This record gives sequence, C-alpha cells and structure tokens, in this order.
Amino acid sequence: MAVSKRIVLRFPPRLSGQPIVSRLVKDFNLDFNILKALITPEEEGLLVLELSGEQNDYDKGVRYLTKTGVRIQSLSQDVIRNEERCTHCGACITICPTSAFELDLSTRQITFHDTKCIACELCIKACPPRAMEVHF
Amino acid sequence: MAKTIEEINEKIQEGKAVVVTAEEIIGIVKQQGLKKAAQEVDVVTTGTFGPMCSSGAYFNIGHSKPRIKLGGGRTYLNDVLAYTGLAAADIFIGANALPDDDPRNRIHPGEFNYGGGHVIEELVGGKDIRLVATGYGTDCYPRKRLETWINIKDLNEAVLFNIRNAYQNYNVAVNLSDKTIHTYMGILKPNLGNANYSTAGQLSPLLNDPYYKTIGIGTKIFLGGGIGFVAWHGTQHNPNVPRTERGVPKGGAGTLAVIGDLKQMNPRWLMGTSMLGYGCTITVGIGIPIPIFSEEILEYTTVTDGDIFAPVVDYSEAFPQMKSDILGEVSYAQLKSGKIVIRGKEVPTASLSSYPRAVEIANTLKEWILSGKFRLTEPVAPLAGVESGITFKPLKERPIED
Repeated sequence: MAVSKRIVLRFPPRLSGQPIVSRLVKDFNLDFNILKALITPEEEGLLVLELSGEQNDYDKGVRYLTKTGVRIQSLSQDVIRNEERCTHCGACITICPTSAFELDLSTRQITFHDTKCIACELCIKACPPRAMEVHF
Repeated sequence: MAKTIEEINEKIQEGKAVVVTAEEIIGIVKQQGLKKAAQEVDVVTTGTFGPMCSSGAYFNIGHSKPRIKLGGGRTYLNDVLAYTGLAAADIFIGANALPDDDPRNRIHPGEFNYGGGHVIEELVGGKDIRLVATGYGTDCYPRKRLETWINIKDLNEAVLFNIRNAYQNYNVAVNLSDKTIHTYMGILKPNLGNANYSTAGQLSPLLNDPYYKTIGIGTKIFLGGGIGFVAWHGTQHNPNVPRTERGVPKGGAGTLAVIGDLKQMNPRWLMGTSMLGYGCTITVGIGIPIPIFSEEILEYTTVTDGDIFAPVVDYSEAFPQMKSDILGEVSYAQLKSGKIVIRGKEVPTASLSSYPRAVEIANTLKEWILSGKFRLTEPVAPLAGVESGITFKPLKERPIED
C-alpha cells in the first residue's frame, strides 16, 4: 500500500557530512519532496519532507533514519492553533498557500486543517491576535 | 410600541422587553413585515469585534513614598513607552505604543509582537505589569526613579478611553504593485493577490443606525466585556459621505469615542493585536443597543450585508499618496462569499474583523437586557450628524520657513 507522509527530520551536527536522504531513494525506493530545509544556529539540520512509497519501504526507511541518529517527528504537530487566542477573524485564509484554513460560510468560523499544513509559517506572523504557534 | 427609553426600561424591569440581534431582525421583519415587527420589538442589539487603533487606557497608580512626579518624565510599562504629560500619578497608554527598541521590529517587516495594546490586554487580565519611571524631581515630588510591579486591582482608576472606535464602514484594501506590502489592513499580496476588509457588516452598530438617530453621547454600551458609554464622536467622524438610498454610507463615515471602567472588562474582548510590518493595536469588542421607537428606526436595523457597499482602495500607491481614486465598490455580501472581481480578476477576500465574535457580543448584550441587568440610557446630546457640516479634512500643510 502506498503512503505519503510529511515529517520533520532533525540532523545532529555530526551527521552533516554524510548523504542520508539520498539513501532513502537508493536503498528504500522512496520519493521525497523537500518542503523546508534549514540549518539552525546550533548547526542542527532541519528538513521538512514529504516522503512517499510503499508502506513497508517507508517503515524501513524511517527505521534507517532513526538508527542513523536522525530525530523524526510528524509534521502536523508543529504548527498549532491556540484556540484561546483565535478570534475567527479570517485574516489567515488568503495567506495560507495550501488552503489549510477553511471558512464556514454560514457560521463564519475558521477550521484549521493541520493535515494540509506544510509548516511554511506564513500564518504565524500574519495572524493578528498571534493565535498560530510553531513548536520546534 | 414603546416610544421612549423610559418605557423600554420599564418593560425590561418587568421582564417583558422583546430584544433581538441585528441579524435576527432581518428574518423577523421579512416574515412579519415592518409594521408588526415595529409594534413588538423593543430593542435591537448590535456588535463588532475588530482592530481599533485609536484606543488606549489611562490610570492613576497612587503616590509612592516619597512622591515622584511622573508628569513630564518618562514611564515604561513592560518596556512599552506610555504617555506621562499629565499629573504626578496619571499615565496614559495607547494601543499603538511600542518599546524603544524591540529587535524583532528592527528589520522590515517587523513582527510587532508586543505593544500598548498587549499591555492593556495583560492589565485587564489581572497580570502584574512592570512600571519603570524617571522624573526630574521637584521640591514637592523629590523622587526621581520608580521601578515597581503594578496590578489593575491596586490602581485607583483604570479607564479605557478610545478616541476612535466602531468605524461606520471602511475600505477594502488591495495591492496593485508587484511586491507584497504590509499595512494596517493586513498583508496584501501583489497584483490584486488578495482583498482585505474589516467590518461586522449587518451587525455593525453605526451601520444599523446610519443617521445616528438613537446612538448619541451618553449611550450605554457593551465595551471590552463590560459596560461603557459613548463619550463623543470619534476622531475622523465624517457624517457627510455619499450614502445609498437607505442611508447607508458607501465608505468610512461616522466613528465613536468610547469610555468605560477597565476594571470590569475582560481580555477576551480587549486583545493585543499585531499587524506584521505595520505595528501594534488592540481588538475591541463593542455592542450597542438600538431602541425601536418607530418603523423608520426599525427599518434601518434590517440592513443586510448585501445593502452595504465599500470602496476598493489600492494600498500600494493610492492610499499612501493620498489619491482619491478607487477600483470600484463591492458589497459585504460579495466580500463574504470569499471572492470578488476587480479589473476582470477573481480576487480572494479575507476579513480582519471577527463576525462570530460580533454575533457573540450582540447575543451577550441581548441576554444582559433580557435578564434586567442592563438598562438603556437616553443620550444627553446627539452625535454630530449630516446637518452639522462636519467633514473629514486632510491636513492643509503650511511649511514653516525660516
């Protein structure tokens, strides 16, 4: 069965010299799409990937990453909405590139579909009451 | 039909008042007709919850031992500069006030995560606020430095005083340039990438009383989660604008200056707000009851989003350069559909004002009135209307020559 998941990978500095993600393609027959890549001030590498392939290849690939020392986290947990601060104004709707915010035309409330979120972080600073938070 | 505030308050006292929101009245009048509804309905409640920049609060902190004169010195609240051009222990904090140097604001577009509006929200919420003040010292006020935590419950007075709130209609902002711009109307994407508006529309207080026939100075209102009053017309109050046949202004028109005791307000309705690349402000909740004295007054409250039109303004060039050209007019019904058409292009829309919260305010005010705990007040003076001749004038610049 084919799967496609968005994951956040953290590479400790000691791994920065080796090709790791390319092994996912060569050894585990997976496809990847890089959604975000950066080096943090502590020289930790951060990669947000959309990784897809057959379920058992995916599982093997993830085991390889973990064994190598890469920390993995599912993406949907990273951008969250603080429900106490969200006022449902709707300013976020036209900022989000993946339409993760949906306006209910009758109640005028905003639903945040975290599965559509690619953690681009544009909403974080666009939200006037600062209800969107990114946890890294 | 009750013809006076006194009669309505009597009905409220007796638990017999009929109160509906400005959204509910639309369906009621459609069903029953204006005449019957006017006979039955006593009050229509309105509400709005949007960013309102010309807002602030003043308070008296009480005297220290020995005394310090804050007036004429410099005072910071949580590092945000407050205004101390008043007496010894009186401070004013404006929603747009900023720290002298917040590193997060240094490079455009600054984040503006914390400013006066946030100080007010924290103060109302009962949080301790760091006050750091210097004064020049006098014989009677010898102290020159004061660093203390303050809390709203210890302040003598804490008063919300917003000199311009509840704008009666406003612009729709777009960006015709090829670069993203950051404005008080939000982030505007290039080449008509998006259109932002800010209104409670058919729930909006002044849009339900377009000629200010019932709302006046002294009108008691829902303000910031507690009780407030209309103090004056707000700055930039502009009754003399083009209006539709129903009297609805076709662009920004009237405004209100409102006042109330901050100690009985709630941070849910006074929220510090950040506009990326622009600055800080505060989002204020206001709700105003409209007493139904006549069919005419009731008819005004049946206004719908489809009846209210707003001008589409380019914020990349026309707005900053004080050019009056607009790209057309659209109704709030069109804006709320999610997209409008400008210059043949479909432009996605978004609001900065929360309609669900406006509904909540109108309903809350309705419950307060029905429960008998909120009586309406008679204005002591009318708001300046069309006949006053007031208009919103631009600055007539007179350069100072040597």
